Amino acid sequence: MKSLGSIRRSFAPWADPTAKPYISFQNVTKRFGDFTAVDNLSLDIYQREFFALLGASGCGKSTLLRMLAGFEDPTSGDIILDGQSIKGIPPYRRPVNMMFQSYALFPHMSVEKNIAFGLKQDGMPKTEIAERVAQMLKLVKLEKFAARKPHQLSGGQRQRVALARSIAKRPKVLLLDEPLGALDKKLREETQFELMDLQQDLGLTFVVVTHDQEEAMTMADRIAVMSAGKVIQVATPAEIYEAPNSRFVADFIGDVNIFEGKVTASSGAAMTVAASSGFSLEVETSDPLASGADAAVALRPEKIRVTSQPPASTAINTVEGEIWDIAYLGDMTVFHVRLPDGKVVKASMLNAAREMDDPLAYDQKVWVSFAANAGVVLKG
Amino acid sequence: MSKALSALSSRLVIIIPFVWLLIFFLAPFFIVFRISLSTTAIAMPPYTPVFDLADGISGILEGIREFSFDNYVWLTQDALYFNAYISSLTIAAISTFLTLLIAYPVAYGMAQAPRSIRPTLLMLVILPFWTSFLIRVYAWIAILKPEGLLNQLLLFLGVIDSPLVILNTNTAIYIGIVYSYLPFMVLPIYSALEKMDGSLVEAAQDLGCTPTTAFWKVTFPLSLPGVVAGCMLVFIPAVGEFVIPDLLGGSETLMIGKTLWNEFNANRDWPVSSAVAIILLMILVVPIMFFQNAQTKSEGR
Repeated sequence: MKSLGSIRRSFAPWADPTAKPYISFQNVTKRFGDFTAVDNLSLDIYQREFFALLGASGCGKSTLLRMLAGFEDPTSGDIILDGQSIKGIPPYRRPVNMMFQSYALFPHMSVEKNIAFGLKQDGMPKTEIAERVAQMLKLVKLEKFAARKPHQLSGGQRQRVALARSIAKRPKVLLLDEPLGALDKKLREETQFELMDLQQDLGLTFVVVTHDQEEAMTMADRIAVMSAGKVIQVATPAEIYEAPNSRFVADFIGDVNIFEGKVTASSGAAMTVAASSGFSLEVETSDPLASGADAAVALRPEKIRVTSQPPASTAINTVEGEIWDIAYLGDMTVFHVRLPDGKVVKASMLNAAREMDDPLAYDQKVWVSFAANAGVVLKG
Repeated sequence: MSKALSALSSRLVIIIPFVWLLIFFLAPFFIVFRISLSTTAIAMPPYTPVFDLADGISGILEGIREFSFDNYVWLTQDALYFNAYISSLTIAAISTFLTLLIAYPVAYGMAQAPRSIRPTLLMLVILPFWTSFLIRVYAWIAILKPEGLLNQLLLFLGVIDSPLVILNTNTAIYIGIVYSYLPFMVLPIYSALEKMDGSLVEAAQDLGCTPTTAFWKVTFPLSLPGVVAGCMLVFIPAVGEFVIPDLLGGSETLMIGKTLWNEFNANRDWPVSSAVAIILLMILVVPIMFFQNAQTKSEGR
């Protein structure tokens, strides 16, 4: 199989059938009164993995994290950590630590004391605590701020103290609840890479909860897209983006155009769909639908070309339209092209050169085209 | 023009509380202080010197020359006053501590209660204020007296054979003070606990604290401002409390409020009772000012 997107590193225990999962949710259900937060969910996470739980608020991702931390117990099902069920074990006896969304730094303690807090609880000797705290402060580059109180720090510094405190005990798993949610955009991007490096260096298993798809895509080895207490798809960021398994995932991650229609022809590796917009759409797929079936094909905006002249080969996947809207974003321009039936197609093009040979204008007649392998057939 | 007006009005906002304090605190304080430097006299008012503007400046200077600290010296010579101060402070301290012991769990329970019923709980704490303080203290007489409700109940249950003597003892005073001042302790502690971020306790547990350790290491230290405020609100009025010891306490109870009342009404000795009041103020206000000053400094740091 051809790989999708770029490969970050050769780390893929989930693809190895002999690999043993480190964390395993087994048919876990969690109800709060009438509300089902997590619905019969099974999920495996592997050691040293950077795993992201992604979903809109209320999808059950935080509940899942809180069940790992021990703040909630599953209503039914079991959670296995490193070969042992952790059901019913209180948070203070679990070998996991959590970085809270609000950071939850103790306001009455200095940075140093905050970091040392968990170590003291474990009865670690004083000299070792001092050593470990110094090490943590160095790791998060806060040596100069050891004596400060949390309220005397900036948001980014507080985030780093919270991180240092949660990894000071060398937990088996680090849970991060919206770790970068309170930071501004620039700082968030920097911190994403810092977190990734840290996870690699320490060799810890990270489970991060986020509603920010970009954050999940940047940092995670694998992403679980969640909705209404269920996992919709678990895959690498590239797979999630390039081969979403459902309309929900395709729509949730990034921008997408969805064409619907009936399958008119189907062969071993391709099929043709008569799109409702009045043109014939050819898609390469390893698993084509039968002729006559209803099909939905997802197309990412950057895989669609918009040209003022008909493309050289007009045989497949070309349709005429009119420029409806233009959004210039600097690095790229997003075009909204209106097809004859009124459907608006989103297409984005990189502004690779400073001056364009073929500038497009509002209301201009254009040709929209895309390759046969650009589209994804949605199953769900 | 409007700028000057707004500057004036903003200054006015600051001036109002100062004027209030000047009229209702500082001026009475000076009047009491001035009386404490006078001598008793069988006259109206019952002390000398009395200033009259008709005497002119020389008359006023003459009067000021008559001022003396004799009343304060007198207070140090009679052990009664010293004992009354000490006993008042002790009773107030013990009552404050007992109030804290009861109020903290109440406030904690309220802060842990579901958000929807908290206003109701708050109402219940404030509810006793709707009945006159005096009536509530009188009610305690009916409860605590030898043939009162409490003894009847205990006798009926067979817990005791003969009625307990509670009324007119220090125990009755403690009960009265704790009961009367409980809301003043509950409210500040509740407000401190209520605004605390719940994830702090979770973080403490996540880092290895049992719920009990998490309470003592995180919740309690963070509620200390509320505890301190509550203790002040109970301790300060309890020291000078007059009604509760008078109604519930016995003849052996010596509290400064009662002593002051006796000096003023029974002995008609305004200067000495003024001196008693000034000393009481010094004992309470000066340490509190130092304390608060230190606290603001440590917070600002």
